[in-house]
Amino acid sequence: MEQVVRLSDVVAVLGGFPVLAGATLSVESGEIVLLQGPNGAGKTSLLRLCAGLLPVERGDATVLGVDLAIDRRAVRPLVGLLGHANGLYGDLTVDDNVRFWGATVGATPDEVAGAMDRMGLSGRLAPVVVNKLSAGQRRRTALACLVVRRARLWLLDEPHAGLDAAGRDDLDATLRQAAASGATVVVASHELERAGSLATRVVNVAGGQVQP
Amino acid sequence: MSPWRIARLVAAKDLRIERRSHIITNQVLPFAALVMVLFAFALDNDDALTRVAPGLVWMATLFSLVVLVQRTFAVEAADNALDALVVAGVRPEGIFHGKAMALAAQLAVLEAVLLAAAMVLYRVELRGEGIALLAVTFVVATLGLAFVGTLYGGLAAGAKGRETLLPLLMLPVVAPVLIGATRATEAALGTNDATPSEGWPWIGLLALFAVLFGAGGTYAFGSLLDD
Repeated sequence: MEQVVRLSDVVAVLGGFPVLAGATLSVESGEIVLLQGPNGAGKTSLLRLCAGLLPVERGDATVLGVDLAIDRRAVRPLVGLLGHANGLYGDLTVDDNVRFWGATVGATPDEVAGAMDRMGLSGRLAPVVVNKLSAGQRRRTALACLVVRRARLWLLDEPHAGLDAAGRDDLDATLRQAAASGATVVVASHELERAGSLATRVVNVAGGQVQP
Repeated sequence: MSPWRIARLVAAKDLRIERRSHIITNQVLPFAALVMVLFAFALDNDDALTRVAPGLVWMATLFSLVVLVQRTFAVEAADNALDALVVAGVRPEGIFHGKAMALAAQLAVLEAVLLAAAMVLYRVELRGEGIALLAVTFVVATLGLAFVGTLYGGLAAGAKGRETLLPLLMLPVVAPVLIGATRATEAALGTNDATPSEGWPWIGLLALFAVLFGAGGTYAFGSLLDD
């Protein structure tokens, strides 16, 4: 099994405040790891660090073979991060958004159609302007954009938020399918029952540290 | 993926957003036309208006530029799409050039309307010998404004109070374009007894400005977005 994430005693600082205080974590390919912990525990910071958005202050951090202390930007094309915002263009249609994000990685029309199918966006939702969608439909559109980008490591912050029951089932199926096809998934969530049943491993985060 | 391909994607996306939202046609163009009309009311003298028309056209362009830049980055900020582009590792120089291309296209439409408005409202006349100079002036000045607008739009995008910060940061920087483009346009139109040959040296200034901010933006935009 390839080690996708390898963090050893990592310290990260944001605005002078240590958001990670000696985090150690190892994730192997194909795993679905749930990060759980109270608000402010460092879950989001851990995801952002793995996505190359947070500089490593101290410690060793390697994601998909990229040493984040040396070049954290190099890991970004390899990972997909879905945070609290969806990163969509409200004046464009669902189809426009997924095609745009697919085009940034050279996705074929079949891949775009496949991503939309997988998130239940084909048909009547495809030509709808994103500003007119419900919160759950927007979330599904954002996930379709993630699917079409072919990320090897999926970092999801509260991915179930705003989704209805069908959307949650679609999401879980998508994550299981992604993991089965070799992608690795790290999820930060407060919905422990839902995310816990999905995860192959649960990790506790508290005070900026990862606890086994 | 090459920065050039990313630039084309981003530019096409920005222009598609404008085509769907009609912000340019319904808000920016009427705003620019209104500025031209208000200038006419304020000066209320045909000779004076004809004399200062080139400056008024470029002043109206700068005011509208602020609105356009705010709009183009508001679209990105609404759902953190610009952050998402950064997170996705999309080449920042591609984003910079794409947004600048889209902004330049919108500015070109705006300037054409403003020039037409100046001909109607301020009785400015195009002269055959000044057409080439006028065309080059508009192309080079537009590129410079688009590069500066994109760079400073990116700079202000993550800041608190960005709506008020942007004009404060950007307008002083584009002063050389205002001066150079106004002088070159005067020469092209023959206002203030200027001749086309007097306008060409100003093209050099405008070109230098465009090259400097094009290169600066290509180099710095990634760091701006990261911070």
